[in-house]
Amino acid sequence: MNTLSSLAPVLPEIVLAVGAMVLLMLGVFREDTARNGTSVGWLTVLLMATVAILVGSAGAERVELFDGAFVVDAFSRFCKILILGAAAVSLILGFGYFERARIMKFEIPVVALLSTVGMFMMVSANDLISLYLGLELMSLALYVLAAARRDSLRSSESGLKYFVLGALSSGMLLYGASLIYGFTGTTSFTALATALKDGAGAQNLGLIIGLVFLLVGLAFKISAVPFHMWTPDVYEGAPTPVTAFFAGAPKVAAMALLLRVLHDAFPGMLFQWQQIIVFLSVASMLLGSFAAIGQTSIKRLLAFSSIANVGFILIGLAAGTEYGVSSVLIYLAIYVVMTLGSFAVVLAMRRKDEMDETIQSLAGLSQTNLPMAVAFAALLFSLAGIPPLAGFFAKFYVLDAAIKAGLTPLAIIGVLASVVGAFYYLRVVKIMFFDEPADKFTQAEPAVRWVMAASALLVTFYVVYPSALLDAAGSAARALVP
Amino acid sequence: MTIGLAHYLTVAACLFTLGILGIFLNRKNVIVILMSVELMLLAVNINLVAFSAFLGNITGQIFALFILTVAAAEAAIGLAIIVVYYRNRGSIAVEDINMMKG
Repeated sequence: MNTLSSLAPVLPEIVLAVGAMVLLMLGVFREDTARNGTSVGWLTVLLMATVAILVGSAGAERVELFDGAFVVDAFSRFCKILILGAAAVSLILGFGYFERARIMKFEIPVVALLSTVGMFMMVSANDLISLYLGLELMSLALYVLAAARRDSLRSSESGLKYFVLGALSSGMLLYGASLIYGFTGTTSFTALATALKDGAGAQNLGLIIGLVFLLVGLAFKISAVPFHMWTPDVYEGAPTPVTAFFAGAPKVAAMALLLRVLHDAFPGMLFQWQQIIVFLSVASMLLGSFAAIGQTSIKRLLAFSSIANVGFILIGLAAGTEYGVSSVLIYLAIYVVMTLGSFAVVLAMRRKDEMDETIQSLAGLSQTNLPMAVAFAALLFSLAGIPPLAGFFAKFYVLDAAIKAGLTPLAIIGVLASVVGAFYYLRVVKIMFFDEPADKFTQAEPAVRWVMAASALLVTFYVVYPSALLDAAGSAARALVP
Repeated sequence: MTIGLAHYLTVAACLFTLGILGIFLNRKNVIVILMSVELMLLAVNINLVAFSAFLGNITGQIFALFILTVAAAEAAIGLAIIVVYYRNRGSIAVEDINMMKG
């Protein structure tokens, strides 16, 4: 009985994992129809909502389990709620699309659920082994999701590319982990932090090479430049709801993992990893901003936009302070809302059963569908970082954190990159409002319209009541940085 | 001459580099990429087991066991994706994977 009650803090993960297996059985033993897939999908969303309540109602103290390999604290709770929200919303967005494409199989929500379990593991990992297992559970499920449209060459090609580069990045990460283990004799983050206190590892070349490999592996997962090459292709080729899923939850999980590794395991090597993060950040912001200019597909544009956003998030990480961590968490939350809203718009770009993903098909949208044009314009203005929309505050906090940490040049590059970024976001707004109207889109299903409206309202009215997010992110950051 | 830790690490580093080169230089077949990925993971296992033996610490061997199981799952999923891709494209040559530019 004592062992059972000590497992209480991992209850959300257990419920998710067991629920995924139960839903798999449910799907297998019922008739194979699209309705079967949709009902399993809604049950998945219900399960995620239940788990969100479980995560939210747990106490705020830090608990370590499984001999310190797994940790539950305010930071992991914040990220888990964000992951659940992003995953559930992108699933709901996808039902209509999957039904039209005749691939509404029950496996899709189940695999998405399993990758969510992996993300939970990543967020709570406190040991290199649990880090690797969580990351792989998430990635293996994502490879399958990218190739979910089995009859489409693009989808299977994006799955293949994602698999090859993902496997390469796992290999790099593991090689780094093995060197870190070899040169310190431990894989536990807590023990690593003790062993490397006060710059004890600064002269250890093997350890630094290990840290670099580990960061390369994680940079692949968050698609930071120069390890971003899979992102545009996978975003373009994967089914749109899957792309929405990729852009939200896994980014949050990988970024949370990066925060946890650097702040919990390597606080003593701040000087070493700060330089790497600054480089990744500058490269991502610049490439994400400039490469997006020439794009004609809205999905590729959003891919480069997500690369640029990752660059901005890394600014907050490079600061290496508690304020930096909380600014990263705020940015992640706002980024998830903006991204899901944008992908809801992409899902609404449909004429009859034909998806049209070119930017030009948005021409004159304000005359054919004003509410959608206004909602997308609000999201794009927010992505461009124009006050008083939420995206401005997201950028403001990370830049502020960088300046307070003495990284003023980095903040200046960030501002310049966001000016370039504003150009291509505003170009889309111009096409929507001032060009000759293209053919009318077919009315989108209610779920897509609701998500679009809700995200546009959230980014517009964030300024009215920002303190809820600020407080939550602040206490999460305090849990991570002592 | 006794075989020390450095020898094991050198072998592992060579295998790991071969694996990476195999992914980037290979222009023929996707299966070869899958083999290169396995090679990288096995190089990591050599590293971990060598460190574990020389440190007198069991954690590395446990890590290696986990990597073996995950590598099996990864190979299964990789082959499944390759089968799906072959059905659509009729080829698994690396130079044919070019639908999207990136």
